[in-house]
Amino acid sequence: MADPMHQFEIHKIVDLPDISLPGVGVIDMALTNSTLSMTIAAGLIIAFMAIVTAKPQVVPGRVQVIGEAAFNYIDNLAVGIIGHEGRKFFPFLFTTFLFILTMNILGLFLVFTATSQLAVTATLGIITFLLVLGVGFARNGFGFFKLFFPSGVPWYMLILVTPIEVISFLLRPITLALRLFGNMLGGHVAMKVFAGFVVSLGGMAAAGGLGLLGIPGAALALGGVVALTALEFLVAFLQAFVFAVLACVYLNDVVNLGHHH
Amino acid sequence: MDPAAAKFIGAGIATLGMLGAAIGVGMIFSGFLQGATRNPSAAGGQFTNLILGAALTEALGILAFVLGLLILFS
Repeated sequence: MADPMHQFEIHKIVDLPDISLPGVGVIDMALTNSTLSMTIAAGLIIAFMAIVTAKPQVVPGRVQVIGEAAFNYIDNLAVGIIGHEGRKFFPFLFTTFLFILTMNILGLFLVFTATSQLAVTATLGIITFLLVLGVGFARNGFGFFKLFFPSGVPWYMLILVTPIEVISFLLRPITLALRLFGNMLGGHVAMKVFAGFVVSLGGMAAAGGLGLLGIPGAALALGGVVALTALEFLVAFLQAFVFAVLACVYLNDVVNLGHHH
Repeated sequence: MDPAAAKFIGAGIATLGMLGAAIGVGMIFSGFLQGATRNPSAAGGQFTNLILGAALTEALGILAFVLGLLILFS
C-alpha cells in the first residue's frame, strides 16, 4: 500500500534559478506541483468569471445566473454579518472564497491539493489577520484596543478576561490556517487509507482460498471511498464558506467596534 | 518501552482530543435540529451561525489532530 502522506509531497516540475533578495535570503523560484495547482485554480476562476460576464444582460442567461448566484451569496453574507459597510470588503471576501473553493475542489480531481499545504493556508490566514489589524487601526486608531476590554465587564473580571481575549485574538490566524489545512489533510488521508484497504484486501482475495473472505471487505471499503468522496465535496465547499464567514466575523469586530450591531 | 512504539501510542492518545470536538459538534447540530423542527421558518436564517459554531468547535479538534500528526512525523 502506498504511503497515504505521499500525495502531499512537493515536487519540482520546472527548476528555475534561485534568486537572492537582500534581507530575505535565497528564494527557490522553481515551479512546483503546488504552484502549478494554484495557478490552475486562479486561471479557472478568471476563465469562469470571464465567461460568466462575457455577455451581461438585464435578464441573465443560464451561465450568467451561476456567476450572479455566487456573487450574491457572498454579498449577502458580508452585508448580513458586517452590515452596510461590508460591501467595502466584498472583493477580498469573494476572492478568498472562490480561491479556496477552487483549490479544494481541484484537489479532488487532480492528484495534489494546494490547501493541504500548511504554507498556503497559513498565508491566507495571515493575510486575513493583517487586514483585520490594518482596518482596526485605520478606523479606530488606538481605540482598537477596546476590543480586548469588552464593555459591561466589571474591572476585576477584566484581569481574567483581557488575557483570554488577547490570546484568542492572536490565535485567530493559527486556527484559520489549521482548520483548512487539517480538514483537507485529514479528508485526503482518510480517502487514501480506505482506497489502500481495497487494494490490500483485493490482493488477499487474489491469492484464493481463505483469502476470498477479503472480497466483501474490499467491496465495503470501496463503498467507503465513494461515500468519503461525496463527503469531501461537501467539506470542500464548507471550508471555503467557513473561511469567508470567519473573515466576515473578524472584520465585523473591528469595523463595528464599540457599537453592537 | 521502545521509543518508536511510544511515539505511535502518544500520537494515538493525542488525537483523542478530537473526542471533545466530536461531542461539541454533535451537540451543536442536535440543538439546531431541535430548534429547526420547532420553528422551521427561523431555521434558514441561522444557517451561518450553525456553520460558524461548528467551525469554531471543530478547530479545537483539528488542533488535536495536527498535534497527533506532529508527534507521528517528527
